[in-house]
Amino acid sequence: MNDWLTATFAVVTIASAVRLATPYLLASMGEAVGQRSGVLNLGVDGVMLLGGFMAYWTVLETKNLLLGVVAGIVTGAVLGLIYATVTIVFHAEQGISGIGLYLFGLGMSELLFQEQVGTPLPIKSFSTVRIPLLADIPKIGEVLFDHSLMAYAAILLVPVLTVVLNKTTLGLNIRAVGENPEAVDSLGVSVARTRLITIVFGNAMAGLAGAALVIELGIFQNNVTNGMGFIAVALVYFGAWRPAGVLAGSLLYGLVTAIVTQWKTAGLVTGAAASFTSMAPAVLTVIALVVIARRNAPQPSALTHPFVRGH
Amino acid sequence: MKRFRWLALLLVFALVGAACGDSDDGDGADSSGDGEGLRAAVVTPSAENDLAFSQSIVDALHALESEGLLSEVAVTEGTFIVEDAAVALRAYADEGYDLVIAHGSQYGSSLQEIAPDFPDTAFAWGTAADTFGLSNVSAYTAASDQGGYVMGVMAAGLAGDGSIGVVGPIEVGDAKLFVDGFIAGASSAGGSATAVYIDSFSDTTLAAETATSFVANGATVLTGTAQMTVGAIGVADGAGVPWFGTQSNQTKVAPDVVVASQVYKWEVVLRDLVSSINGGTLGGSTYEITLANEGLVIEYNDAYDLSADVKSAGDDAANSIADGSVSTGQ
Repeated sequence: MNDWLTATFAVVTIASAVRLATPYLLASMGEAVGQRSGVLNLGVDGVMLLGGFMAYWTVLETKNLLLGVVAGIVTGAVLGLIYATVTIVFHAEQGISGIGLYLFGLGMSELLFQEQVGTPLPIKSFSTVRIPLLADIPKIGEVLFDHSLMAYAAILLVPVLTVVLNKTTLGLNIRAVGENPEAVDSLGVSVARTRLITIVFGNAMAGLAGAALVIELGIFQNNVTNGMGFIAVALVYFGAWRPAGVLAGSLLYGLVTAIVTQWKTAGLVTGAAASFTSMAPAVLTVIALVVIARRNAPQPSALTHPFVRGH
Repeated sequence: MKRFRWLALLLVFALVGAACGDSDDGDGADSSGDGEGLRAAVVTPSAENDLAFSQSIVDALHALESEGLLSEVAVTEGTFIVEDAAVALRAYADEGYDLVIAHGSQYGSSLQEIAPDFPDTAFAWGTAADTFGLSNVSAYTAASDQGGYVMGVMAAGLAGDGSIGVVGPIEVGDAKLFVDGFIAGASSAGGSATAVYIDSFSDTTLAAETATSFVANGATVLTGTAQMTVGAIGVADGAGVPWFGTQSNQTKVAPDVVVASQVYKWEVVLRDLVSSINGGTLGGSTYEITLANEGLVIEYNDAYDLSADVKSAGDDAANSIADGSVSTGQ
């Protein structure tokens, strides 16, 4: 049997897919919540970069992974407050503001990296957490129950967010603000406060995604995300603004990337074919967006619309 | 409310401005010099301390500064966007720098446009071999296949029954030369090396994942080239797999697993360039660093316990390439 048809190959590929999908999933879930409240944030990549750097720097200085994760989350939350100020208080156009946030995160992470660290130095990474008994199930155990803590956390957040969005008052408010903020406002619910919560949460998740990425890599480098934040925004559309859909999109994107990587390292695709398959994840995203656009999955009606009472 | 929107936009642009200010590292201002050497400026695609391509030229310029051949070194780093690099190159020429270096083969077309506008400024670019027929442009390149071959020979000696994984960026320039030379060297010593180009110079995550995949598929030695390989080096470090570096000495990233690095000593090129400029010739030449002219140097990690046999095989290969008795096939 060819190597690429073996169970071991499948285990390695799926484990790789989960590892690759984790930062996308964390960032895109946060962005999905923000978009459900009507706020588009194109600055996710910049927040991931600055959150990632702060996590890296913290771990480098303290050798404490948990503190690094906290640093990433706090950095994202602070950037979220800034973004909320710009978009909610000043009603700035969200697309432009998001790009500004991205450039700020990109530039500031590079500046701080050069000033505070300089030469990239390794930090320790998350070790995998084997779930007792379950991880011992042949093949399936390795695929599902032998991942880093961040991967488990990301996947567990999917049902949590699903419940919050669909079964709680806060979730109802978030969805209503994203569909018809004027109506929500007339009922006495604060649109600004609801959006503030989602923006801070979404950016904190982006910061966490950056932290998860650099700690998994064990190193930081300028522009280490390489545009992951923009893919995360696309995955929100792919997932039709639902946590489960975002999970499916992230895993699919990670799986395609992992399969391509596995095929290339196994020598199954070479030369021009290898370059062609490298495009597969991006092509898949574009196709998915076209499909989404054709199916009945409308975006939140108030997405990108600043709310000004009386206007 | 429109007023507030304008305020918000101003805030955004202020934030962007603060974060994305000129990435010139200030060396120009810091390097007072003695006023006798030339003023040099370089534009690099990645960070000046990337332990790879960009750092190699910046280190070389600072070496010449220490020797007194240059009075000032200015650096604009992180210009993956060619248009940004073009702006920096033109600005340096405008500011009267004597030598302006475009350190990236992607900058060639920009340089071809800019150089004719500044006939009294010497320009250099690499890795490339084309001076565009312009009298004020020089080109430089690295025979990176040579060091690649040497390290391929050593990698085969360390691999045992395992395979050797090579993480490449895009199949062009000195990256391709290195990879091809490495595979030829490994093959000559009975090893089996497989190269994967990830089609990116900057995707650290994909480089790491490719290295992880190599290890999962039985690789016992890894190497790679370009700035995104720090991710792959991290994987090698975590898996305890020996790593061979190139462009700069990468021992600092993973002192436990880096065996040796092929280091670019662009000083060899730059000294000739400065000498030519001082003699009134601003360009028109093509330079190459090789093992023979000591522009390429194999630097070993003293902390790595490399067997004498393997090191000897590497040294023999290096000497044979330098004296011309062995060809890398490039």
